[in-house]
Amino acid sequence: MGYPYPSHARETVVLSKYFGDAAARSYDGWVKRGGYEGLKKALGMTREAVIEEVKNSGLRGRGGAGFPTGLKWSFMPKSVGPGRAHYLVCNADESEPGTFKDREIMRWTPHGLIEGCAIAAYAIGAERIYIYIRGEFTEAWAIMSRAVAEAVEAGALGRNVFGSGHRIEVVLHRGAGAYICGEETAMMNSLEGKRGNPRIKPPFPAQSGVFGMPTTINNVETLAAVPSIMMRGAPWYKGLCLSSPKSTGTKLWSVCGHVQRPGNYEVTMGTPMKDLIFEMAGGMRPGRKLKAVIPGGSSVPIMTAQEIEDCPLDYEGIVAKGSMLGSGGMIVMDDSTDLVYQIMRLARFYAHESCAQCTQCREGTAWTTRILERILAGQGKPEDLDLLLDLADNMTGKTICVLSDSCAAPVVSGIKKFPEEFEAYIRHRRRPASSGSAPTMAARS
Amino acid sequence: MSADSPAVAHGAEQAPYRPVFVGEAQARLQKLFEQYPTKQGCLLPALWMVQEARGWIPDEGIAEVAEQLGLTPAYVKGVVTFYTMYHTHPVGRHFIQVCTTSPCNICGAEEVVKALLAATGCGELGATSPDGRFTVIETECLGACGFPTPVLIDNDFVESITPERVSGLLQGYK
Repeated sequence: MGYPYPSHARETVVLSKYFGDAAARSYDGWVKRGGYEGLKKALGMTREAVIEEVKNSGLRGRGGAGFPTGLKWSFMPKSVGPGRAHYLVCNADESEPGTFKDREIMRWTPHGLIEGCAIAAYAIGAERIYIYIRGEFTEAWAIMSRAVAEAVEAGALGRNVFGSGHRIEVVLHRGAGAYICGEETAMMNSLEGKRGNPRIKPPFPAQSGVFGMPTTINNVETLAAVPSIMMRGAPWYKGLCLSSPKSTGTKLWSVCGHVQRPGNYEVTMGTPMKDLIFEMAGGMRPGRKLKAVIPGGSSVPIMTAQEIEDCPLDYEGIVAKGSMLGSGGMIVMDDSTDLVYQIMRLARFYAHESCAQCTQCREGTAWTTRILERILAGQGKPEDLDLLLDLADNMTGKTICVLSDSCAAPVVSGIKKFPEEFEAYIRHRRRPASSGSAPTMAARS
Repeated sequence: MSADSPAVAHGAEQAPYRPVFVGEAQARLQKLFEQYPTKQGCLLPALWMVQEARGWIPDEGIAEVAEQLGLTPAYVKGVVTFYTMYHTHPVGRHFIQVCTTSPCNICGAEEVVKALLAATGCGELGATSPDGRFTVIETECLGACGFPTPVLIDNDFVESITPERVSGLLQGYK
């Protein structure tokens, strides 16, 4: 549902059914709503059968990459070798600007997430699950801590889950403020007590992950979808599809920015983007027109109002329109937005969050920010746009992780799709509409 | 970030350092060791324990954590400085983080920052108010973009703060 607003008729509520229902947070409340039946069912199946069911459902990673979940699980070694413990890591480091769905899943349905984690752990042969929660999510942390303790008490976690003989334990791990730790290999380093620098792949986590052991990392929303798939079956989930058969199920869209009803809306894959923004999220404020949309969290290319006209909300449809589904964090901007200023803010975000391992990222994100700041200060030169594009080219596909690509995406798409915004500053010496209380990059470093 | 500027001196930083990992805290640390296959895996949680006990992570705290986990102080310092939530200097009694990343920015987050800097008496980002009560910093995306502007005061996550709501918000923090 579009929490904090009531469910919209166009939504398909699976994950968000109990958002806002505080009684669903407790173990007993969750069991009353049919909870933990999916885990019990999974424990009665073979591991291979559980993986097969998830594969057949078409579920894909909801954290950004969209990799098929069942296939990822199948990369884990078939059996647990001596001294080779398997681990499941749940990525709850939700930090992608525009995205606020995992927080609501943890706040309202903590047991749904724990159940999904336990099913995944069983499927990949892991006895321990680390749930990596970003340090700022203090409320979600408290709710998850309580839920884990309840689940242990009830026998849904522990040495002998529901009497099955299987051991599944959950450890909550608190992050400490680093966007990059949402990248899976950086997260593994962070769990090991290191700086959160991403690792070069291969080796892939399924071979050598956290603590050098076979590891699977899944996003909160991905794992939260698993119990329903176990209970209602792969064909049901696969049937939730209005467009591309490669995009199935429901997706939570965190709609924010200049819409009248910002919130999390859960829709079937393939629902038109336009309906989400204008029908469900209430459209623009009176007298305002849509200018731009960043559909999948700040790391994906910006779309124009024209491009969203006939864009289905699925992995393939958004790619066809030149952007990506990403994490489903949709930033909507109306005609009051100073795009150059906001693109600078995003570039500054990436410069601040760069782990500084790779030259292209360390230098590129900071340089991009300074050029944009200069343009905003009225000192832009006509050649700056080519310089920014050239920099962006050097920042794309050339680094250990995709943070630098993510910084380039809004810059490149902004310059290509909204050249007049930049021209206004460079040729016509426009003054920034925004007050800009924030210090410049140079002043901060 | 300008947060590295010398903060107002509090009594606490002048007093001799008291070890954190004694008694009940030592028992908590031993429990943590059971949850990770290496002692180093407990580094982030151990640093959180120091910060919760002392308000920030002084060099003596770094040395203590290093000793407990079998690491060198230099290594631990390298990790501490990577993560923005660990304080490497004393901060106000109440630490305020305001999101100013794009989704909140287009909804007026910078006005909230201005109102907070004025109402707390901090004057500038990263500085501590003369009465030692508050420190205000800008932070990148807090993950509550639908409820601009989210503010994190100590461990309290508060949504939908506007300049008008600032003075009421601060009243609960003495």
